Amino acid sequence: MFSNLPLLSLLIWLPIVGGGLVLLTGDDRHANKARWLTLAIATVTMLLCIPLYLGFDTATYHMQFTELHNWIPRYDVYYSLGVDGISMPMVLLSTFTTFVVVLASWKPIKKNVAQYMALFLIMQGLMVGVFCALDSILFYVFWEAMLIPMYLTIGMWGMENRVYASIKFFIYTFLGSALMLVALLYLRYYAHSFSILAFYKLPLTMTEQVFIFLAFLLAFAVKIPMFPFHTWLPDAHTEAPAGGSVVLAALMLKMGVYGFLRFSLPITPDASQALEWLMIILSLVAVIYISFVAIGQKDMKRLIAYSSIAHMGFATLACFMIYMIINRTGNIADAYMSLEGAMVQMISHAFSTGAMFFGIGILYERMHSRMMADYGGIVNTMPVFAAFFMLFAMSNVGLPGTSGFVGEFMIILSTFKASFWITFFAASTLILGAAYTLWMYKRVFFGEIANDKVRQCEDIHGTEKVVMTVLAVAVIFIGVYPEPLLNLFHASVGHLLQISHISKLG
Amino acid sequence: MTNILHNLSLAIVLLPLIGGLIAGLFGKRIGIRGAHWVTIIPVGLSFFLSVLLAKFVIIDGQSYNGVIYTWAVSGSFHFDVGFLIDNLTALMMLIVTFVSFMVHIYSVGYMQGDKGYQRFFSYISVFTFAMLMLVTANNFLQLFFGWEGVGLVSYLLIGFWYNREAANFGSLKAFLVNRVGDFGFILAISGILNYFGTVDYAQVFAQVPALAKAHTMISIFPGAQWSVITVICILLFIGAMGKSAQMPLHVWLPESMEGPTPISALIHAATMVTAGVFMVARMSPIFAFSQTALSMVLVIGAAGALFTGLVAIVQTDIKRVVAYSTLSQLGYMIAALGASAYSAGIFHLMTHACFKALLFLSAGSVIIAMHHDQDMRNMGNLKKYMPITYVCFLIGALALAAIPPFSGFYSKDAIIEAIHAATVPGAKFAYVCVLLGSFVTALYIFRAFFYTFHTKERMDEKLRSELKESSWVVCLPLILLAIPSVIIGALLVKPMLFSQHTILSKAVFMLPGQDVLKKIAIDFHGAFAMTLHSIKTLPFWFAVSGIFVAWLSYIALPQLPSILTKRFAWIYQILQDKYGFDDFNQLVFVRGCQRLAKACYLVGDKKILDHGLVNGSGRLVVWASAIGRKLQTGYLYHYAFAMIIGLLAILIWLVF
Repeated sequence: MFSNLPLLSLLIWLPIVGGGLVLLTGDDRHANKARWLTLAIATVTMLLCIPLYLGFDTATYHMQFTELHNWIPRYDVYYSLGVDGISMPMVLLSTFTTFVVVLASWKPIKKNVAQYMALFLIMQGLMVGVFCALDSILFYVFWEAMLIPMYLTIGMWGMENRVYASIKFFIYTFLGSALMLVALLYLRYYAHSFSILAFYKLPLTMTEQVFIFLAFLLAFAVKIPMFPFHTWLPDAHTEAPAGGSVVLAALMLKMGVYGFLRFSLPITPDASQALEWLMIILSLVAVIYISFVAIGQKDMKRLIAYSSIAHMGFATLACFMIYMIINRTGNIADAYMSLEGAMVQMISHAFSTGAMFFGIGILYERMHSRMMADYGGIVNTMPVFAAFFMLFAMSNVGLPGTSGFVGEFMIILSTFKASFWITFFAASTLILGAAYTLWMYKRVFFGEIANDKVRQCEDIHGTEKVVMTVLAVAVIFIGVYPEPLLNLFHASVGHLLQISHISKLG
Repeated sequence: MTNILHNLSLAIVLLPLIGGLIAGLFGKRIGIRGAHWVTIIPVGLSFFLSVLLAKFVIIDGQSYNGVIYTWAVSGSFHFDVGFLIDNLTALMMLIVTFVSFMVHIYSVGYMQGDKGYQRFFSYISVFTFAMLMLVTANNFLQLFFGWEGVGLVSYLLIGFWYNREAANFGSLKAFLVNRVGDFGFILAISGILNYFGTVDYAQVFAQVPALAKAHTMISIFPGAQWSVITVICILLFIGAMGKSAQMPLHVWLPESMEGPTPISALIHAATMVTAGVFMVARMSPIFAFSQTALSMVLVIGAAGALFTGLVAIVQTDIKRVVAYSTLSQLGYMIAALGASAYSAGIFHLMTHACFKALLFLSAGSVIIAMHHDQDMRNMGNLKKYMPITYVCFLIGALALAAIPPFSGFYSKDAIIEAIHAATVPGAKFAYVCVLLGSFVTALYIFRAFFYTFHTKERMDEKLRSELKESSWVVCLPLILLAIPSVIIGALLVKPMLFSQHTILSKAVFMLPGQDVLKKIAIDFHGAFAMTLHSIKTLPFWFAVSGIFVAWLSYIALPQLPSILTKRFAWIYQILQDKYGFDDFNQLVFVRGCQRLAKACYLVGDKKILDHGLVNGSGRLVVWASAIGRKLQTGYLYHYAFAMIIGLLAILIWLVF
């Protein structure tokens, strides 16, 4: 019965249109109306994911649920959608994350509720659009449009320093993607189409590839963010409201890595291979240097933001290590684990880091501080919350049995095929990650009750508990049994490796 | 039959997990009594099923190696969760479930009235699960799961009393130091996957001889070629050094004593810390092919056995004495592995699990009576008040000091003899260490014994009037542990070490000529003869003289220790400082790391990247736009628009 529905379009436009409807509910006197309407829309989109998941064929790498309509025929721009094993999980993740954000924002957001909820719905639609777009202009539109609601979220519901942070965020990410547009226009000139899949087949010289690669790199590296383009992220995170931080960490950063997988590797394979050393070095710097920066933080949110950068360093490392692996072993099958590890790392990071940002939001609501020095002994007053946070912290540390382990393990194990030293540096996260995460945990949760504010903290209840439980289940399930998730990737990752490996130089 | 073994092991492993989860998640609802019953019963069941399993495996000669479920498949790699049940596993399961069962019962008494009661029972049950996963693994993935799982619970339990700063410090330190070991461990697993294409034990072991024969080399530093097997073995051993607290990664274990005493017995003496010993024994088919790695194992183990034992002599906290003693005994086990006397190492692991758990729990019983004061300087003459604890501690001490016919004698004597007979480089040094170690062992443990149970009463009047023997839930496990501490040595020495087909003969692997136990078996004529013969051996007289010196300094000439500490003040100071490991780590790693972190953040991120590059280019734009201010309005979208126009211009220029 679902086969005729334009499922992807629904997943994109239902939340966007729904967001408009939520805006119409008016001011905060009708806040509950806005909340329930948002929840209803988020629930429906969640339900729409069920046929998407069930109808998805894991055996093929071809785009599925495709839709194709004319958009701007004069310039060969199409409204073209479709998902494969790389984008489909990201669509599920986006829908799921928004649903959780809606739940988590139920109580904490009291001002401009309708606008807040509407922005998140719109963001969800745009995000799904980014992951589903098969036309590069459509992709670019969704990609840039994402900035506006996020900019507004930070600017309107943020903390003291929100203006600086939101403008920094906007200019940084916008400038980053401007060159991407140039690259897309250039590609279109030769391919006579804006179709991403058409770009895959386009032969390009090395010089062209390098320029295009660098243009993409700037856009994606800023988004992920990779060292040294990362300084906007801690600012944006600290100023953003909890929900904004979650979407930022769980989804927006992933768009960058997704970009590498969808654009850089298959469109400019030779440049990717030629510049792998640069990417690997930047990734390792992210893992090690950023971990040290994280150790030096006093602000919890900043610390988690830096930890995000370090974790994404693993994903980018895995993306570009594939060339070294294939060159060493001559077998594409050996490189699967690297890319699939990157995918798992992205999804797992969404859960554990998302959960930690929620957690900090919960703490902030009670204490009105992000500074670790103001905390101490939270476990005495909020034992249930402390237990949940411990689980997510352990996932962040990469403890086996949690989702955080799966990606890290797969990537670290893959690195040995590339080089012993990459393994050596990458594995240092075992120590450094544990150092910053658990040291933070110790300062915030353990110890005697530090002050009266901590004494008055109430343990989590109601929606807070539901949100934490849902995320905890996800973290443990992926940790204990990642195979169903990996199974979604296999065919598409295989194809991606295939085309990213074939030289375009001819 | 394989089906029975499969289901049996699954039940043994999962029962404690179920109990632990119920106690953890529903602790409030089921209450205090509910929490201990819901964990004690499954662990008890696990123990009885382990006995049954041991009968099938060790006596009937069955074994099982199978998959439970496929964890992940990715490209050419395959990861399963599965069990390998052979004699080594069955033995370990027996030890783990037995000690865990005893500790569960004992904790009912020890943890009485603690507000974290349910949490405690949940932790120790989950620990039992993780430890069982570790020993039953048939692949490196699951081994690592169990390895990190026990580490997590250990971390949680050391920091169990989270209001104490020392406990929080100790738990964090334990986790991080263990992670240094795990760092080596995961490098080893990566290497194994890289060179063998699998993480399944059986498949890896099958390929080792070929790899060794081909002299496969790895170039880590340019120009230096190292044997792959040696590199993997050393990395694996770094993992073992973390968990089994070998120098220099031993620093976390004394600090772990901040946790409740029952877990010091269970985790930090009998089971978790022996995981490294178990792992190296399990990996014997790899270690056999690297003499370099074996030498390293031997020397590090033996040196640890002696030097950490020396530190125990100057401790005044009764638990710390036992903790340093654990470090020293772990050194013995590790040294045995290095000499390829795997059976002796595992045998000592087994006897040690019993008598060290006994010693810890006896110390715990003393601590309960002393109202949680652990300082021996406040004790004395406790034999008068606590006869059962007194006898049990004495049995533990005699077993630890390796006095025949107590269990420790058979295992430790075998280790010393095996090292004496070993031929790997470093064996001579190791022999001297372990020999001197037997004197030191007897000295420190009997010092603690005399100091605590004899000598004059040093506690205050109020405490003295309240001193009494602990309740039956505490004493029962003591008695149940005292029995094997006396008898299992004599009982098992022949089947474990010196029979035609020893229990572990199929589970561990040695190259021809490495089997030192075979060499010394010629002199073995039964447990009874071994006991009699001991009077003619050096280790025995070293141990006896250790006891004698302890007696001399604390009973006969009580002024002797203070004279010695004054005369040899510098040695005393070195031992007090524990050779300076802690200070060094604090200064170099902790402080250094914090400084580096600060520098990275303030200089790297703030100054150079943010202030210099990002805002700098921002200022540049402001400066440039000041020139063309008349043309521009200052609105963001105007800038953006101008940018796009500019980019289009570049594009057009590029295309045409």
